[in-house]
Amino acid sequence: MKSDMILDTKGLACPMPIVKTRKAINELQSGQILEIHATDKGAKSDLVAWAKSTGHQLVETQEENGVFKFWIRKG
Amino acid sequence: MEKQKTTIILFSGDLDKAIAAFIIANGAAAYDHEVTIFTTFWGLNTLRKDQQVPVKKGFLEKAFGWMMPRGADKLSLSKMNMLGMGPKMIKHVMKKHNALSLPQLIEMAQEQGVKLVACTMTMDLLGIQQEELIDGVQLAGVAAYLGDATEARVNLFI
Repeated sequence: MKSDMILDTKGLACPMPIVKTRKAINELQSGQILEIHATDKGAKSDLVAWAKSTGHQLVETQEENGVFKFWIRKG
Repeated sequence: MEKQKTTIILFSGDLDKAIAAFIIANGAAAYDHEVTIFTTFWGLNTLRKDQQVPVKKGFLEKAFGWMMPRGADKLSLSKMNMLGMGPKMIKHVMKKHNALSLPQLIEMAQEQGVKLVACTMTMDLLGIQQEELIDGVQLAGVAAYLGDATEARVNLFI
């Protein structure tokens, strides 16, 4: 999936993936897509909840070799 | 859209509890909440500078100052402290897992605009003065806390 920015949070522990995601999304325009890579096992639930509550849209998630990938469209 | 609010009262001066408080605060800030951490009693020690600050104090206040941990890096664990071995082990494990240390979490919280507040009444009791606290800490009392808490949907006492 095409993204406008890629954020690598691999190896980072809670709450850093979500803190960095927020920082990154603030740099994007509404409608643009942020791609996030994470290895924290809580990241999936965290990002789903975060996107829902902050008005962004989680478009897609994938997992390969222990790396979770998320695509979030800025609301 | 008006920002949502979150408040945390950090009463405890235990390392593990302070870490939990600051992780929640940073998470809430990432949720774009206006976050307030109101420190009182032993929680004040979390915000102390790690070096000694020359201020005028009475004997009891000085004694308190010596007995209490000077800053976030000196706190002990609520369980398994083992005369300071426990905190060393926890810090080692946190580093291994790439988790931020408590001083880093506090710095991150300030960077994210988390409001750090020190309770003036307990500062007086424990003989802690504003100069001894890290920069950027506001002073307030219970009414200021309640003002924030009344508008917040997440209010925690740790």
